[in-house]
Formats: sequence, C-alpha cells, structure tokens
Amino acid sequence: MKGTLFGAAAIAALAFGLQPVMAQESIKIGFVSTFSGSQAAIGEDMRRSVDLAVEHLGGKIAGKKIEIVYEDDQFKPDVGKARSEKLVQQDKVNFIAGYIWSNVLLASLKTVTDEGDTILISANAGPSQIAGELCNKNFFSTSWQNDQTPMAMGDYLNTKGVKSLYVVGPNYAAGKDMLAGVKRTYKGTIAGEDYTKWPDQLDFSAELTKIAAAKPGGIFIFYPGAHGVQFVKQWVQAGLNKTVPLYQVFSIDAITLPQQGDLALGTLGAQEWVNDLPNEQNKKYVADFKKKYNVYPSYYGAQSYDSIMLIASAAEALKGDLSNKDKVRAEMKKANFKSLRGDFKFANNNFPIQNFYIQETVKDAGGMVTVKTIDTAVKAATDPYADKCAMK
Amino acid sequence: MEYLLVQILNGVQLGLLMFLLAAGLTLTLGIMDLVNLAHGSLYMMGAYLAWTFIGWTDSFVLGVLLALPATFALGVVLEMVVMRRLYARTHLDHVLATFGLILFFNELVRVIWGPAGKSIAVPPFLANTVEILPGVPYPAYRFALIVAGGVVALLLAWLVARTRMGMLIRAGASNRRMIGALGVNIELLFSLVFGLGAVFAGLAGTIAAPIGSVKIGMGDDILILALVIIVIGGIGSIKGAFVAAMLVGQIDIFGRTYLADLLKLFMGPASASAAAPAISQVLVYVLMAGVLVWRPTGLFGQRS
Repeated sequence: MKGTLFGAAAIAALAFGLQPVMAQESIKIGFVSTFSGSQAAIGEDMRRSVDLAVEHLGGKIAGKKIEIVYEDDQFKPDVGKARSEKLVQQDKVNFIAGYIWSNVLLASLKTVTDEGDTILISANAGPSQIAGELCNKNFFSTSWQNDQTPMAMGDYLNTKGVKSLYVVGPNYAAGKDMLAGVKRTYKGTIAGEDYTKWPDQLDFSAELTKIAAAKPGGIFIFYPGAHGVQFVKQWVQAGLNKTVPLYQVFSIDAITLPQQGDLALGTLGAQEWVNDLPNEQNKKYVADFKKKYNVYPSYYGAQSYDSIMLIASAAEALKGDLSNKDKVRAEMKKANFKSLRGDFKFANNNFPIQNFYIQETVKDAGGMVTVKTIDTAVKAATDPYADKCAMK
Repeated sequence: MEYLLVQILNGVQLGLLMFLLAAGLTLTLGIMDLVNLAHGSLYMMGAYLAWTFIGWTDSFVLGVLLALPATFALGVVLEMVVMRRLYARTHLDHVLATFGLILFFNELVRVIWGPAGKSIAVPPFLANTVEILPGVPYPAYRFALIVAGGVVALLLAWLVARTRMGMLIRAGASNRRMIGALGVNIELLFSLVFGLGAVFAGLAGTIAAPIGSVKIGMGDDILILALVIIVIGGIGSIKGAFVAAMLVGQIDIFGRTYLADLLKLFMGPASASAAAPAISQVLVYVLMAGVLVWRPTGLFGQRS
C-alpha cells in the first residue's frame, strides 16, 4: 500500500511538477558525433568546443538553460541515423547539430529534417547532394560544402605553378566530393587518381609506389583523422617527402598533429578556419580552449562552437520562443552571430559564403607543432552546387 | 620491372603482417574450436603495451621485446578467466562473448590511454630508405618488417613441425578428443596455444604501429581480412595461413596497382577508374569464394 502511494505521488510529481519545468525552462540541443572507436578524438574536440560555447554563453540562452544531449554515431551511418531518430522522437530536442561524416549525415538527414521537422546544423560534413538538389529548409551548415576546401587548394596550386598532381582519397561520399573539388579548379595535369577502401584500408604502400613511379609535381590527399596520420607517416617512410610535396585538406590538423609531429612540418593545406585568424571572438576561443585543455582546437571544434552560437543567436532574437519554426528558420538564416572565422553569411542553400585560407604546418613558440595562415586562397566563395538548389 | 618488384615486396610485407595475425587465429579456431573475434583486441593491446614500454625504455627494440611476454601473459589470463568457460558452448556463444570482449578492450584502452591515438616512431636506424636494387629505394622499416616477419614465420614452422608442442598442436588440429583421451594435459595446451596466438597478434600490432597509428579498434578493421585468410588456407593449418596470407597480400596490392589500367582495356577511362576501387575491394572475397567451391575446407584444411 505504501509502495502504491509513493508510486502515485511520484507520478503526480512527474506529471505536474517536473515535466512542465523541463519543457519551458531549457533549450535542448542534440549533438551527434563520433565518441568511440578510432575517430573518437575528433568527437572529443567537438564536445570540448560545444562545452566551451555553453560556458561562454553562461549556460543560458534567452534566460533558458542550455541542455546538450550527446550521441555517439560510432562512425557508422546506420547508428547515426538511429541516434538522430532517438534525439528527435524521444528527447524531443529543439535542434540537432554535429555530424563529422558525410555518409552519416546523408543517412540521418531525412529522419531529422523531414520526418521530425527539426532544424539540423552540420558542424562538419557537407555532402554535395544537400547543397544542390536535396537542399533543405531545415538544414544549415557552419562548415562548408565538401568540394569547396579542395577547390581552394586547386586554385592555390595554380598560382604556385604546380604542373602535375596525383590525387588520392577514400572511396566514400566525401572522398569523391573532395577529389572532384580539386579537379574542378586545378588546371595542371592529373598524374594519377586513386580511391582507397574506407575506412579499413590503412596501408598505402601500393599507392605510394605508384606515386613514386608517376613522379608528379605534388600529391593531393583527403584523409581525415587517423587515416591522415597513417598517410603522412608512410609518405615520409617511403622517402617521398624529399621529392614530392604533399598538399592536403582535412588530413593535417590539431587532431592528427600530436601524432604526425615533425613529419608534417612544411606541408600546406586549405581551410576556412585557422587558429590564428585575427578576430576577437577567435582569439578568446583559442586562448580559452588552450587554457582549458592544453592543446590547440581544430576546425571541427571551431565549427561546432559556431553551430551553438548560431542557435543561440536565433533563440535570443526570438526571446527563447521556438514554437514557430518559420520564425526560427528566418532568424537562423540571418546568421546574426560572430563566427570564429569572421564574416559569415548563408547562401540560398544555407551553406556559408566564406573565405578559404592556406595554412602551413609549423612549430609555435612553445615548440608545439601547429598550423598557421600564410595566404588567402579565395574570398567570399559560394559552393558550386548552390544554383541547383531551388530555395531562395 | 623495378616497379613490379617494389609492388611485389609491398604484397609480401602486407602478407607477412596478415600472417602473424592469422596464425594465432587459425590456431585457436582449429585446435581449440574457439571463434575468437577478440583476436583483433590482442593486436591492439600489443601495440598499446609496446607504446607504453617504448616510453619507459626509450628504445623501440626493448619496448617490442617487453610487449611480447606481456601480451602472452594477457592471452593466458584471458584464456583462464574467459575462454575456458566457452569451450563447451556453441559457436554463437563464442561470438557473443568475444564480441563483448572487443567492446570491453576498446573501452579499457579509452580509460587507460584516452581516446586520441598514439604514435610509435620508426626507430632512427630504420627511418630512411634502403636500395633493394641500385636506384630502387624501399622504406627501410618495411624491409626490416619483411625480414622479421620471415624469421618469425620460419620459427613458427619449426615450432609446429619439429617440437613436441608442435606435434600436440598438429594432433589437436586433427582430432581434439583423441589427444585428450591419450592423456595430454589439454587445459595447459590450450592456455599455451592461446597465449602463443596472443603473442603473434601482439607482435603484428606492434610492428604495424610505426607504419600507421596505435588507435582504438585498430584490430577490428584488420580482423575480417585475417578471417578470410584462415578460411582460404584451411582452418587450423599454419601452412595454409601462410600461403593464403601471401596470396591475399599479392592480390590486394595487384588490385590497387593494376586493376584500373586493366579495366581501361575493356571500358572507358572514367568508368574504369570508378569501377576499379570497388572491384579491388572485393577481389579477396572472390578468391575466398573460388577456393571454397574448389576445396570446401580451404587449401590445406583437414578433409572430413
């Protein structure tokens, strides 16, 4: 009898006390990334930046508590989709952000934006499909469209006068976009092209031997996270670092450099954000991140930080009232926040219009290997798929 | 010509690495009739232990030498604590339990060493390239890997063919019940065999580490290929594992090297370069299917 009474009281408390409080007093953001397995280091960097963004916001948006629900996609599209579904259906989050991998994002998109009518902010992946025909009013990006970063690299290689290029990348959605991107702008000869098995090919001996035989003016790679570590090491071990320079996107960064170390010194890459971009919000972010975690943040982290700030800007403008989705989308589209990369505007397909920089791997004053900006590759670039998107 | 030679060496090197991993797997599956999906975890643990020992001793060679007995001990403990309870159960239970072990070890590594990968540097004396023929450079570390892998393979061949333990191992592979009936201490034999398998897996993980990185789940990626190899070679046969690993190594490299050019003879260059990676990825599975049709128990498996 006592038990029943207690149970009834608990149910009453839940029904009348706790639930309305939760619903009204917090803004819930789901964050999907990879927190386990070989690519967990990327997810960790993103989580740290999201936590830092919440800290910088004082834990509140428009007076409401920020609640972040992290979900692990395990680096697998099917798991990512299931986790996203759980965030929409069960947790009833107001926004979902995150997504490192294009294939995970593509698998999860419809569940969130169409079936769940929930706004999704990609903090990294930018598959060409979503930028073009499949563009979506509930989708926003605080990163880039996949083709854009390699396109910037291609432009830079033209100005540098690199005559021939051997391109290598993994055989999945983003790998294809990236290699297509560099070939779109690069005007020299493509000396060779290889797609490797993703994600389980770790040995690049056959490809490096082909590169050595082709004697190109440069190698272009896209190998995110752990795979970038492998490629750079094997490139040096094969002695190719003495003969063929390496140009990269997303393969040498704050995540991989602790392992690549001196081997990566002098290599060039393209990126929309670099830790030394001279705006106030970026200086504060990088300084606070380094103070808190003793390492440099990566663009994964910066884009995640921006995704939270974008959400905050829209929710602040609406004084925390997120009930009218059209209003929320309209506020999001204004991009009325201070991005870590500086100027930030959305194109018609909700991908940013932004600059891309060339970064070099160097040692900082403390001897830590990091990247610094050496040039601007392109200014205010819109991705090449925007005109295929029907949205205005 | 030199190009072909280098690619063949690449295949041999990949094959030897796979052989070290497959050897332990084929022993446990063939002799102990145990499906051990966590074999890849031993590969990972070997690499992480070596990373720790290299940090302590400041020497690559010492670190590797210390990691071997450590993985052996880990293997023996694992056999006594977990595996021993599984022998009487069905293969499905083995799969469930050892899959659980994979999750356990991945999480253990995360707790102890953190989520970011670790890096083992190539020892300085092997950091450069060697000329295998005048004017043909080859990474010195990979060359050393071929030599070391070859020596270990010979050692294992000697152990299996010429020693008393090897005799028991072969007998166990042929007929497990009979050697039990003949009064051989099966429990001890199983512990030793499992420990031996762990050492080879750990060694493979350790020496593969300087080429790639030491990371969580590093063994899970490569385990599938090891399973393919032992099926092709015939479960329980060390010789089979060796031949199959060599075959798979060559076929994998061949697919990545020549397939695109070969396909261009039959189709347009665009569709050839699109199809080549897809086909080269399944070549080893095609090989496995072919071998199984021809010899259902694998190249050197016991005919039943």
